[in-house]
Amino acid sequence: MGAELIVIAGKLIVLATLLLTAVPVMVWVERRGAAFIQDRLGPNRVGPWGIIQPIADSVKLLFKEDLTPAGVNRWLYFLAPMISVFIAMLTFIVVPFGDGCGVTILGQPLGSLMVASELEVGVLYLLAISSLGVYGIVLAGWSSNNKYSLLGGLRASAQLISYELSMALAVLGVILATGSLRLDEVVAAQSGKLWNAVPQFLGFVVFVVAAFAETNRLPFDLAEAETELVAGYHVEYSSMKFAAFMMSEYMNMVTVSALLVTLFLGGSTLPGVHLEGWLGLVVSLAVFLGKVAFFMWLFVWVRWSLPRFRYDQLMRLGWKGLLPLATVNLVLVAVGVARGWTWI
Amino acid sequence: MVMTVFVVAAVLAIVSALVAVSHRDPVINVLSLVVTFFCVAVNFALLGANFLAAAQILVYAGALLVLFLFVIMLLGAPQAPESGLHRPVQKTAGLALAAIVIIGGVLLALTMKVLPPASPVTGDAREIGKAMLTTHAFSFELISVLLLAAMVGALMLVKRKH
Repeated sequence: MGAELIVIAGKLIVLATLLLTAVPVMVWVERRGAAFIQDRLGPNRVGPWGIIQPIADSVKLLFKEDLTPAGVNRWLYFLAPMISVFIAMLTFIVVPFGDGCGVTILGQPLGSLMVASELEVGVLYLLAISSLGVYGIVLAGWSSNNKYSLLGGLRASAQLISYELSMALAVLGVILATGSLRLDEVVAAQSGKLWNAVPQFLGFVVFVVAAFAETNRLPFDLAEAETELVAGYHVEYSSMKFAAFMMSEYMNMVTVSALLVTLFLGGSTLPGVHLEGWLGLVVSLAVFLGKVAFFMWLFVWVRWSLPRFRYDQLMRLGWKGLLPLATVNLVLVAVGVARGWTWI
Repeated sequence: MVMTVFVVAAVLAIVSALVAVSHRDPVINVLSLVVTFFCVAVNFALLGANFLAAAQILVYAGALLVLFLFVIMLLGAPQAPESGLHRPVQKTAGLALAAIVIIGGVLLALTMKVLPPASPVTGDAREIGKAMLTTHAFSFELISVLLLAAMVGALMLVKRKH
């Protein structure tokens, strides 16, 4: 029991470190990436290539005055950023972010690097917890007592509900093909054959698009559309409360990228590579991080390449585009499973 | 450990359920209902019904109540007046009804022996799926038809106004 707890705590520490480190790194990548795409320099004063800039930024945010505007609902105004960060961190514990490769620590086999390794309903847990993330945004918008915030919060809730459906349907295809709700088994099922992204290409595309919408990133960032809503749901927030929203946005990006990699691109495995022991552990971790990094860059790339959707376009795409596509994918997979096609 | 979690979750569920029906601000009502559902889900998980716990959060807290919140925020529901019950008869009748339900529930709980053990809960999602599509296939289909009818009905009600 003791050793088991220590192993779980160790996994948690690694996970939290990865997640929290990803935030400043991504802020830097985003700013440098934006500058690169727009043919300007970007932050380049603090540290080599401006790499210390996110730390300077967070120090600045820490020392900003923590304002509470008049007329806000104090409790909810205080709670909303916390809910956002809390939910963003909670979702990750069912994602296998590496492969133990037979390594034992304190007599405990490491298995796949997944914190909640006992949970049988991993995918459902993930969908359930991430569906709670909308409360952070909605409550922030409502409690701020500001029309722009309220509109941002309303847009966010409508958008998240709409795209959650397509996303869940796309995930359902993968579950159907795997026959398990555990993400480590989803990864294991992909190791001997084509990655899910090939036979379930439709589901993959739907999931990628829905991922952008679920993380409130351009071209779906209608909840904080600067040109219309100033900054949307977090317009009244300052200091670390504002930083909390930013952190949760980047952590959600990491989570959704990790999920994409796990569900559709073979997680921490590479085809034809089977390593044992510590080397295998490190390599699997690196492979996983590399795949996630690709999608993180995709988020940045798309953000600075595409303009924002109009609201009606967003809804039309969600309900008339993605939902039918996801359903078609599900039906195709169901037919494949019923016919016993092994490659699906 | 399990007992502590159960007691905390149960007490929190009851308290937030009371807040949900008694607070005057509709947004607070919905939020305390979220807390109630969450605590109920925790108790499901303690019983080993992980699937039910996840479904509870996914369907009720994650989808339904977000819609409630959406509507309340969109329409800007006003705070309820001090008390909607003007006649003393209403209050008495309500209290009597509540007393009957509570006493009845307690009596039922006392007279009933321990519930028969359900089928083993290992791999519960699979078990539930199998039960739904084999043993209870008819009721399952019936409920789907009912939901479909409700959906069509809601659409009709909306359409009529335009």
